[in-house]
Amino acid sequence: MTSTPQHLPDRSSVDAGDGSVTDAVQAPVLDVDNLTKSYPGEPPVQALRGVNLAIGEGELVGIVGPSGSGKTTLLQLMGTLDRPTSGHVRIGGLDVASMADDDVAYLRATRIGFVFQQFFLAEHATVLDNVADGLLYAGVPLEQRRQRAIDALELVGLAQRRHARPTQLSGGQRQRVAIARALVGQPAVVLADEPTGNLDQATGQSILALIDRLHRTGSTIVVITHDHAIAERMSRKVEILDGQIVADTGPDTGADARRRSPAPLARPAIHAPQAAYGGPVNHEPS
Amino acid sequence: MTAEATLTRKRLQLSDLTRLSTIGLRTRKLRAGLSALGIAIGVAAIVAVLGLSSSSQAGLLNEINQLGTNLLTVSNGQTLTATPAELPTTAPGMIGRIPGVQQVQTTGAVSGADAYRNPYIPSVDTNALTVQAASLDLLPVVATRMARGSFLNAATAREPVAVLGAAAAQRLGIDRIYPGERLWVGGQWFYVAGILKPAVLASTIDSSVLIGYPAAEKYLGFDGHPATVYVRARTDRVDAVDNLLAATANPENPNQVNVSQPSSALVAQADAKSALNGLFLGLGAVALLVGAVGVANIMIISVLERRPEIGLRRALGATRSHIRTQFLSEAVLLGLLGGAVGVGAGVLSTAIYAHTKNWAIVIPTEAWAGGIAASLIIGAVAGLVPALRAARLSPTQALWSV
Repeated sequence: MTSTPQHLPDRSSVDAGDGSVTDAVQAPVLDVDNLTKSYPGEPPVQALRGVNLAIGEGELVGIVGPSGSGKTTLLQLMGTLDRPTSGHVRIGGLDVASMADDDVAYLRATRIGFVFQQFFLAEHATVLDNVADGLLYAGVPLEQRRQRAIDALELVGLAQRRHARPTQLSGGQRQRVAIARALVGQPAVVLADEPTGNLDQATGQSILALIDRLHRTGSTIVVITHDHAIAERMSRKVEILDGQIVADTGPDTGADARRRSPAPLARPAIHAPQAAYGGPVNHEPS
Repeated sequence: MTAEATLTRKRLQLSDLTRLSTIGLRTRKLRAGLSALGIAIGVAAIVAVLGLSSSSQAGLLNEINQLGTNLLTVSNGQTLTATPAELPTTAPGMIGRIPGVQQVQTTGAVSGADAYRNPYIPSVDTNALTVQAASLDLLPVVATRMARGSFLNAATAREPVAVLGAAAAQRLGIDRIYPGERLWVGGQWFYVAGILKPAVLASTIDSSVLIGYPAAEKYLGFDGHPATVYVRARTDRVDAVDNLLAATANPENPNQVNVSQPSSALVAQADAKSALNGLFLGLGAVALLVGAVGVANIMIISVLERRPEIGLRRALGATRSHIRTQFLSEAVLLGLLGGAVGVGAGVLSTAIYAHTKNWAIVIPTEAWAGGIAASLIIGAVAGLVPALRAARLSPTQALWSV
């Protein structure tokens, strides 16, 4: 592990629509290579057994599998919250294995957004500051953090509630705040772990509609779920079972067109549909 | 995001750190207050004990300074055969000629004379009073004044007239002067002319019945030898005068003369620390220790409770040292909060007590600075283990075990 400071490739040049960086666009934003993970015990638990997955920019990927299939472990490794037993995780071409812990932390601060089933919002802080905290460890000054948090809240349709406390919001609104917090740093990839798991079905549908809309405006999103119906709605569905990928619908070929659209935070807010998405979706709240 | 995003830019700004370290205090006010209370009590006890003893010392020294530190007393010692020596009658005159001496006044013990309210009091009930012949300008030299009546003057010094020391008046049961008030002194009525205020620098005067030299010689058979010579010297010459006094007062037998500086004894008394101070300081230290344990306990609980927050912060990009710094500074802040409240309470109680005693309020620097420093160190030490625990927590454990 090296402790020398590394320069991350400038992501904005990848996003720039000047056509000269199309080669960079081809490189996956998130790429795992022969990933294994075993937890100590008697006998050791083999959570992942050689996973290969490349996620290109602008993709919306649903990773689906039953409990114990290793999908949460995969999310933890892709999110650099844990280190693999063997194999490589690359975020924007940077191999996490060769980086010091503090550098990985900075990578998370600037390149990865998380959305959790339990939201994890700070009850003592306003919605605005909860979202602004998404940029705290990226070294952005407070005023700038708040300004960008307002932009992110507009994106999820909650800019009007920015001075409210999370306790004053409904479950669906709280998850929108958490999504805004994940988006505020314009990360290369957003990892969502059962984002609808704590919500009723109608609210869950509106969150999924929001995720879909964010995807259409260019965000790269990976949703982990146990629910096949949710995974079906993603443009790419990856099935995982016993620590291995058993099915993959393959990269979304329509992504190129969307990629050229402006970055999501640069355009005016689109109001989120409040009604449930009408469709033959069988979502089980957990 | 700037174009050149480097991995080295990850230090928290001070304002952000302040915000982070007050989360625990803001969200759990009662708990934070109670855990800081132990430190506050300990610091308050220490500051108050040191402040009160300094203030009382300052009060006493101030009083001594007002009385003057340039008073020297010369008294008769003992001869080789352990009988009282006599100062020569020439002693006051000789002393007055030492360079730097400003005033010389004397008292002489009238042996064989005792003072009673009336002739019917049994002669053994002397009330431990002494009858002393006094020179006429004694009062300013021993820094006391009349409480009632007037002192001896050239006329009354020749007549059977007495002035009572403060303690003597009390023991005889006389608290005011009215015409015709008299005492039975050495088998003779003496009229009471006045009562003195306490003479702090010359306490033997307090328990004395003072009469004039001529009257003592005329009515009580006094031999005229002074027993004590009170000398006021120029402040810058006190030591030089002190060295010459014995030989000047009794050139034949300088070793039979006692020379002392009453104010220096009082200063030494003021400097002596009360034995109780040690006890209270010890109690304060125990309270501080208990406070430290309280802070450590609260921080450990806080780390357990805030696992999701810790996990989330790691996911948002916090390094281990960010987490460690956040919890350590919260503990230090708790300690400082307690220390500040404690210093405030200690200063306040010192101020109130010193005010009632008319002392100057003196809070030694080491008391308040030491109290603040101690609470800071206690916070840091108590917070160290919880902060290390918080930093060691793996993000996956913190986020997925709730």
